[in-house]
Amino acid sequence: MRKFFTLAEMKKSLLMAVWFIFLTFPIMVVRVNPIYKVVEWRWQNLVLVGVSAFFLSFLWRYFLAYKKPAPAKSPLETSARKGKLSELQRHPAARRAGIFLAATLAVAFPYIFSTYQVNIMTTALIYVVLGLGLNIVVGLAGLLDLGYVAFYAVGAYSYALLNFHFGLSFWVCLPIGAAMAALFGIILGFPVLRLRGDYLAIVTLGFGEIIRLVLENWNEFSKGPSGIAGIPRPGIVGVEMSLNTSSIFLYFLMIGLALLTILVVTRLRNSRIGRAWIALREDEIACQAMGVDKTKTKLTAFALGATWAGMGGVIFAAKTTFINPASFTFLESAIILSIVVLGGMGSIIGVIASAFILILLPEYLRAFSEYRMLIFGAVLVIMMVFRPQGLISNVRQTYRFKGLQEENKEGDIK
Amino acid sequence: MTAVLTITGLTMDFGGLRAVDNVNLDVRQGEIVALIGPNGAGKTTLFNCITGIYKPTAGDIVATPPGGPAKTIHGLKPNQVTEIGLARTFQNIRLFSNMTVLENVMIGRHCRTTSKILGAVLRDGHTRREEAEIVAFSYQLLERVRLERHVNDFARNLPYGAQRRLEIARALATEPFLLLLDEPAAGMNPHETKELDELISRIRAEMDISILLIEHDMKLVMNISDRIFVMEYGKEIAVGTPLEIRGNPKVIEAYLGEEAHA
Amino acid sequence: MEYFLELFLGGLTRGSIYALIALGYTMVYGIIELINFAHGEIYMIGAFTALIVASVLNIMGFGPITILILAMVLAVVYSCAYGFTMEKIAYKPLRHSTRLAPLISAIGMSIFFQNYVLLAQTSDFLPFPSLLPELEFLEPYAFIIRSSEVFIILTTLVVMVLLTLLIKFTRIGKAMRATAQDRTMAMLVGVDVNRVISTTFIIGSSMAAIGGVLIASHIGQINFYIGFIAGIKAFTAAVLGGIGSIPGAVLGSLVLGWTESFATGYISSDYEDVFAFGFLVLILIFRPAGLLGKTTTQKV
Repeated sequence: MRKFFTLAEMKKSLLMAVWFIFLTFPIMVVRVNPIYKVVEWRWQNLVLVGVSAFFLSFLWRYFLAYKKPAPAKSPLETSARKGKLSELQRHPAARRAGIFLAATLAVAFPYIFSTYQVNIMTTALIYVVLGLGLNIVVGLAGLLDLGYVAFYAVGAYSYALLNFHFGLSFWVCLPIGAAMAALFGIILGFPVLRLRGDYLAIVTLGFGEIIRLVLENWNEFSKGPSGIAGIPRPGIVGVEMSLNTSSIFLYFLMIGLALLTILVVTRLRNSRIGRAWIALREDEIACQAMGVDKTKTKLTAFALGATWAGMGGVIFAAKTTFINPASFTFLESAIILSIVVLGGMGSIIGVIASAFILILLPEYLRAFSEYRMLIFGAVLVIMMVFRPQGLISNVRQTYRFKGLQEENKEGDIK
Repeated sequence: MTAVLTITGLTMDFGGLRAVDNVNLDVRQGEIVALIGPNGAGKTTLFNCITGIYKPTAGDIVATPPGGPAKTIHGLKPNQVTEIGLARTFQNIRLFSNMTVLENVMIGRHCRTTSKILGAVLRDGHTRREEAEIVAFSYQLLERVRLERHVNDFARNLPYGAQRRLEIARALATEPFLLLLDEPAAGMNPHETKELDELISRIRAEMDISILLIEHDMKLVMNISDRIFVMEYGKEIAVGTPLEIRGNPKVIEAYLGEEAHA
Repeated sequence: MEYFLELFLGGLTRGSIYALIALGYTMVYGIIELINFAHGEIYMIGAFTALIVASVLNIMGFGPITILILAMVLAVVYSCAYGFTMEKIAYKPLRHSTRLAPLISAIGMSIFFQNYVLLAQTSDFLPFPSLLPELEFLEPYAFIIRSSEVFIILTTLVVMVLLTLLIKFTRIGKAMRATAQDRTMAMLVGVDVNRVISTTFIIGSSMAAIGGVLIASHIGQINFYIGFIAGIKAFTAAVLGGIGSIPGAVLGSLVLGWTESFATGYISSDYEDVFAFGFLVLILIFRPAGLLGKTTTQKV
């Protein structure tokens, strides 16, 4: 490792500071009010930018150099140097202790913390489900879907509208919402899944926008931008629930759904279908040549991912009791995609962890609430530059065979 | 002997370029047939037409599984061709590099198994049995190509020669009656090539699979094949036994000539 | 007929702006196969810089021509600087990564820039001074075409011609074409690929800045969010024309501009974006490589 406080390095950082002062000058320092024709000069920002750029550029170069020993690795290519988290994950005792701890915490949570906290946690759990659902599409099957939020919207509006017009209950709407989303997934997937990666990305993005714009403008159908209010929370027949209990009920419902999602996704990942998805992601041509039906396999992934979004949508509508198109913007898709990518594509534990980090951190950093999207954007970039494989990198199931025992180290078995 | 693969008048155009020009070729049951020719002769294009990656401009490709009816396969999708019983390897190795060696072979079982999503989620008896069968079958194939030591390694971490053998195992997992090998010996050292020679012979003998291979290693080709097809500039210029091909002046000029000078 | 002409010219104006932005997308994509999601934000920063410069100069009492020229020049300079810096920070370290990583990085950049401007400036719409002079001879036709539209169309035309000359005849243009065809090969024959990529970002950014200033003074107001929707539309246009193809980007932009203009004019103005995206989906279903994109046969 070379030294980092040499004169040459100082000079580099100084240059960076000057460059960033120049770069940010008009936007950071000057603020105009064109109506009153007043200019406000904020010279203190200039100092701030200069000093931060000077020190951050040290850090930047230091970490880039640190990353160098393992250059040019694809996000998944890290079997040689696994993260600490995945090491822990492989240790059976630590795993059991971890699961026990998490379970206790999850059960005790609503009785320790306030309803407000419980609601935040429920939101985070919705994102866990969304993240795992999108993980099927992006992480496993390698289909870049930038319009995932459309299926979330389909689920939410299915419940809201069916309840509004026909008085259908949450429990009836949950499977209907899921099925509607799956149906939309198939309708969209059928024509567009032939497209190559980037085209698929933009078409799904366009589709997401279309759904949102239709909801916004078709007043007779969706009540437009004002949205639908008074959506009932889920209940159990014959049981009256206070606001507080119903929040807790929803929380446990979400825990249940999250567990179900984890179970389903884990089992799918190591199944015939799951292997086909991953193979398709790895090499489409070879995968087809090995007898996998490309269209069918992609469509399954797409529809299945949409199903989870639909369920998430129904629960979201039930939780907030009010929905409007503003909840279903591209930013939402971007956040869910970030959960998948930051977690480590295809990794289930990673996706869960990053859903909690991305949703809870901004909630608890209320003091920085203004800056949270700024930080969010920066974190995405920094993560991609320094740890593109995500929190937890690719782990595959291993098998044990007779006669090979002596060569399988204990740690190889997950 | 009946033919398992019959190609008649096959032509493939790319824009104005005719990559394959009116080629006739057949592989009989139990045969090892080699397809040779200088680079750019259209051999791989022919393979791609057979396996459904390209749709040929004209001509017929008919596959006849042993004991089954003849099936026209041109214009089918690659996975449908594989389902009928033709499997291939690739000139530039195309393994699923972030999957384990065993999983690579397991993918080959996809078209011979039936578990659906619901089965995968519920893990019912049928799915578990099928999954166990897939693992056992794949493992046996790995033993056959001597890769059992690497079952749980990532495919990308294998040495080059082992990757080529893994591709063969993966293709075998689809239970083909005809195996198409695209330059299986490329990049191998003489020792590895010799092993490959034995492996191909064993596959034919023990698994009753016919083989069509593209290869530049003349020693391997002359050693192993029953018949040889020679292509140049998309056209077929000679067919015959290794002995006949060795003496064919056209072939010597087009192809072996380079070797003779070298 | 007059209505048709108005819509036609309106579509042409829109299309011109889309083209100025779409070219940046398509050129970057052609060279490093990256959807530079933050490109729209560069356009927004260009417009903001112009607004700030123009306001300051206006208060200091400069004349309209000086303001126009200085605002335009500084907008271009700053957009280029941002584009250049963004590439060095967010994309260059990811050059050998998988395709998804730079895309996520780009989405991150886009969110960052939006919030940067939001926090450092304002979340409100700001009135943008009309920098472009009024052409008197157009007065009688005001219901069909406005002077700013004429400026937009003409400027775009000039920029297109300059770009074509640059790519066809200069050294760097040749290097760009070579890099787009085969980066490794270009590197082997001595093309400085890093320089080519930087230049591509700079050229793309400067065109986006020009587009930003023109459209802002045409519409008369801006906020931190204008880059996002314009960026998506321009990207749609680039894909429509066949991404990676420069004439394709221009054609796609014009087609998109007209589609929006006529559809909103004759059918309904509520669904402007729906028409745009719907049209894109249709085109891609029937012509998966875009209007002018080449259908490449993948080599196996």
